[in-house]
Amino acid sequence: MWFFSDEHRLLSETVREFSKKELAPRIEKLDYEEGFNREAFGQLGRLGLLGITVDEADGGAGGDAVGATIVMEEMAAVDASTTLSYLAHSILCVNQISTNGNSEQKRKFLPKLISGEWIGGMGMSEPDAGSDALGMKTKAVRQEQDYVLSGTKTWITNGPVGDLFYCYAKTGEGRKDISSFIVERGTPGFSTGKKFSKMGMKASPTGELVFAQCKLKGENRVGEEGGSVKMMMRNLDLERITISGISLGIARSAIEVATRYSQERKAFGKPIGAFQQIQERLAEATAWYEACRCITYDAAKMWDLGLLKGRDASTLAAKAKLQAAQMATQVSLDAIQILGGYGYTREFPVERYMRDAKLIEIGAGTNEILRVIIARAMLGSEVVDG
Amino acid sequence: MNFEVTSVQKELRALARKFVEKELIPILEEDEKAERFRPELIEKLGELGLTSIPLAEAYGGSGLGYLEYVVALEELAGGNMGYAISVSVTGLTQLILAEFGNEEQQKKYIPPLAQGKAIGAFSLSEAFSGSDAASLRTVAKKYSGKPGSSQPGDHYILNGTKLWCTQGDIAETLIVMARTGGPGPAGISAFIVEKGTPGFTLGKREKKMGIRTSHTMELVFQDMMIPAANLLSKEGDGFKIAMSALDSGRITIGAGAVGIAQSALRVAVNHAREREQFGKPISSFQGVSFLLADMATQLDAARFLVYRAAWLRDRQLPYRQEAAMAKLFATDMAMRVTTDAVQILGGSGYTEDFPVERYMREAKVLQIVEGTNQIQRMIIGRNLTESSSLWQ
Repeated sequence: MWFFSDEHRLLSETVREFSKKELAPRIEKLDYEEGFNREAFGQLGRLGLLGITVDEADGGAGGDAVGATIVMEEMAAVDASTTLSYLAHSILCVNQISTNGNSEQKRKFLPKLISGEWIGGMGMSEPDAGSDALGMKTKAVRQEQDYVLSGTKTWITNGPVGDLFYCYAKTGEGRKDISSFIVERGTPGFSTGKKFSKMGMKASPTGELVFAQCKLKGENRVGEEGGSVKMMMRNLDLERITISGISLGIARSAIEVATRYSQERKAFGKPIGAFQQIQERLAEATAWYEACRCITYDAAKMWDLGLLKGRDASTLAAKAKLQAAQMATQVSLDAIQILGGYGYTREFPVERYMRDAKLIEIGAGTNEILRVIIARAMLGSEVVDG
Repeated sequence: MNFEVTSVQKELRALARKFVEKELIPILEEDEKAERFRPELIEKLGELGLTSIPLAEAYGGSGLGYLEYVVALEELAGGNMGYAISVSVTGLTQLILAEFGNEEQQKKYIPPLAQGKAIGAFSLSEAFSGSDAASLRTVAKKYSGKPGSSQPGDHYILNGTKLWCTQGDIAETLIVMARTGGPGPAGISAFIVEKGTPGFTLGKREKKMGIRTSHTMELVFQDMMIPAANLLSKEGDGFKIAMSALDSGRITIGAGAVGIAQSALRVAVNHAREREQFGKPISSFQGVSFLLADMATQLDAARFLVYRAAWLRDRQLPYRQEAAMAKLFATDMAMRVTTDAVQILGGSGYTEDFPVERYMREAKVLQIVEGTNQIQRMIIGRNLTESSSLWQ
């Protein structure tokens, strides 16, 4: 983008090289076997990318939302699964601790998360609380200074492999009585449950977190008791901007593969790119991709400049993700179509792109919820919520 | 115009659905992961009379129409697309033999196919010829036998590699297109090839996005000798035979698309009724119910386009244009409906715990096979602007 700094451009090249060298050779097999690229986290740690939004004073890269989105786009262009796990780690876990944690919590938990020795995740969704996130039922009952947690979280990225999770639980009866807790693997009463087999993002392990009378020390609570809703929503906004980067990366690769194929594949005596139906698909795809790229990086830049607060931040982030996610699914479907029979086989990556892209329309806020958020901002809460 | 469903159609649908519930549902999870096809299930379908529905009774088929065929294929596809495609391909083999085969060929090859005891395959595509089918490169050279010598009688030697042949590894009887003459469609002939013919080996088996229970094969012919008696019709008729087969095939692919979309919609509606968020079933939110409404409307539109094409064919009226429209619309519809079904099931829909992600992966191939939807548009567009039709 025109406003990328030299650091942004260097970051972009670094991640592109890294992805080509370390992620590309492994992703096909990992996707097929539903594995996980654990080594990548160590490598990303050494590159200083795991604490991308963390202040340098706290050991992070001191990066910004634009930088984080660039990392997502470049990595996802090669391996969206590992990027999703990276996002859950760096944005949903590390960023939350760094933004909301006290100095003791930052000192205790950040270093190993930033080095890659630990893998982090975040626990919000539950079997009965997806779109209705505030309807969560996991309880954290206060016992003097400590808390006892019980409940189940589901669809947790890095659930099966994470060492530490940033979890939300109810500390009161009201919908908004939510608090945040840092939970380490091995804590008695905490276990990870079933691992899901998924359509795509197969090399990003997804599972359940189970709290059975899990006792946590008060010092593991982040922020004020009952004060997490705002922090949770703020993080969702950043998540929506950065996850749009994943959609951008997938779409970019899909377009590249389809374009090259259209130049090389011959039918009826010419490259298939000579036929207007193919030209139409490619042209629409790249135009929509560019538009999504603009809104996504615009949202990231405004975030960094502090121009986006509260509802405005939520609305723009929602618009970016709503478009980018749908765009990536459609573009990757069209890429398969352009590659015809070959596109349907696993010999080419486009079928994986589609399988991976679909998730972004669902996770981090479904298209439908994002539409409600945007409509609410336009029409007012009195009209939309009645 | 009569939209009534006949009792025969009702029975066929029920029969196919029962087969799906009893034989397919229990094995699907395992077979999808193992990418396994069970030929014995085709035999079971044969016993139920479901492998030769449109084939004339004189040849051992049920002698019913394409409307009846479509109804059964819908149910099979709604269970597992791999098996629906298998039945439609083996059915295609029978129809080609019935329409273009001579008496001997029909007597020899049709009965086991009709009964489901043998499986048929159709091989047209190659690595360099998909949409541009007429540019295929596999050659078939004719050699005369010498009477009174130990040489074989008149025969053809085939050399070349075919691609994307459904069940080409399992089929006992394959219809193969090869070039006997000059370039272009007029130089292509159709042959009956038997499994195990010396010189016929299997190449790679494709790893695919979906329809994983269906084997998609590369076939390699190296100096493969087949008797001249296995030529279908006459030299140079191969392309016409292939195109005529594809016209019928398009109706069956449309049926498959309707079937899979139907299953997806059913799962989505049930989920929307039961899943509660924000204190109510998600079906009470317009964001969800409007999605369902569009899905159901598009599904019915596609269904009737398919039925119309079948109806025309059953009355021996021209149906090429209508079959192309049905295939185009139904498969685009199935892609949208299955994608929206995943969306309605949200996170759950993205996992393998529910069948909708499989439906979405399977729907994609239907936009590609039997003539990509881009080719369908070429056919429809050309028909509109070039032929003397009511549009002029």
